[in-house]
Amino acid sequence: MLKKRVIVCLDVRDGKTTKGIKFKGNIDIGDPVEMAEKYYIEGVDELVFYDITASSEKRGIMLDVVEKVAEKIFIPFSVGGGIASVKDMRSVLLAGAEKISVNSQAVKNPSIIEEGASAYGRQCIVLGMDALYDEVMPSRYRIVINGGRTPTDLDALEWALQAEKLGAGEIVLNSIDADGTKDGYNINLTKMISESLSIPVVASGGAGSPEHLKDVFTKGKADAALIASMVHFSEYSLKEIKDYLNAEKVPVRLDW
Amino acid sequence: MKVGVVDYEAGNLRSVETVLKHLGADYIISNNPDLLFKSDKIIFPGVGEASSAMSVLKRDSLDEFIKSYALSGKLILGICLGCHIILDKSEEGNTGCLSLIPGNVVSFKKEAGLKIPQIGWNNVSSEKDHFLFKGIPRDSSFYFVHSYYPEVEDVYSIGKTDYGTVFSSAVAKDNISAVQFHPEKSGRHGIKLIDNFLKEDN
Repeated sequence: MLKKRVIVCLDVRDGKTTKGIKFKGNIDIGDPVEMAEKYYIEGVDELVFYDITASSEKRGIMLDVVEKVAEKIFIPFSVGGGIASVKDMRSVLLAGAEKISVNSQAVKNPSIIEEGASAYGRQCIVLGMDALYDEVMPSRYRIVINGGRTPTDLDALEWALQAEKLGAGEIVLNSIDADGTKDGYNINLTKMISESLSIPVVASGGAGSPEHLKDVFTKGKADAALIASMVHFSEYSLKEIKDYLNAEKVPVRLDW
Repeated sequence: MKVGVVDYEAGNLRSVETVLKHLGADYIISNNPDLLFKSDKIIFPGVGEASSAMSVLKRDSLDEFIKSYALSGKLILGICLGCHIILDKSEEGNTGCLSLIPGNVVSFKKEAGLKIPQIGWNNVSSEKDHFLFKGIPRDSSFYFVHSYYPEVEDVYSIGKTDYGTVFSSAVAKDNISAVQFHPEKSGRHGIKLIDNFLKEDN
């Protein structure tokens, strides 16, 4: 049967993996290529790279990272951050990524999903969306963009359904409320979106323990779960996480 | 031993190339039938849509090339869309394919809880003693991304996978074999499968 995927997320700034720490800003935590290889060997199912490089002239660094990662790991990975056109998508795919993730740019210009899907197939196009609890919205969640700083008028569920229709192959659903708390994923949000869509939904934001992954897979109906600091700071190994999930009867890949 | 990779503008060429490099294989990637004919075996990869893939193959006379290469008895490995194109026809775009192995490509049926496309790791229960799965334990996990799957008679099925329905995720007939999953993205089992293909005598 199909396994629930455990995906490690690496934020990359100026060619270094970085992690936002509350009140401290971002700190560099390692080389993305070395970290990718380490997680590959330790049994991660997939990787996600977000380019959070601020200046556009340093974007080329990310493509170098993607090329090097593609030579070292033999599992799928996606790349997001600053992708604004089909041309940008092409360069990332040519560098060796399987999938491209679009977020704010797709809100500003939804046709990028359609254009990307028709050029490279819908399996290539991941929509990243940041949702913030807001009870005035029909689904009670509002889409925010630009790293969670800018609220939009979009309702989270409506946007997810629209993106599916436009040709997104998968959704990475980040809960701004849960992000960084380590108190667990937003189960209600994940369940609502996952049950309403026919494409896979990847839960993101809030993971602090293996139990959180179990909850989002079982109660939240997520198809995959994104983790970052749990493994970046060696609080848990991928093996520990997967052994726990397996013992809890969540189907995971153990034969890496 | 030289392996040819058929370039018909479908995706995943680069990842296939990366594995070939990793395995130290001597390979060429080309859309030129004459060049490809000189290789000892070919890999026919693919990510994309069946009808547009078939138009590119026809435009570049690669459809006829693959058919005659198949007749030569040399080994062919199809991957993903490549596994669809070698069958008779595909529901995707109602496309007539190459008919190298009898069978059709059909779409997963939308039913409650079943996400389409299937994206992720699933088991392949290799049913027969086929060279592709040499040294790979039965029920090993491979990476899948697809909305359509091969439907063949059991005699042509060398591996099965359960996703809402049990389907043939690996098919073979004589010198032709093909897999629905992506060995180039399936970690060590996938690398082993490609290595098995490279090492098998024609």
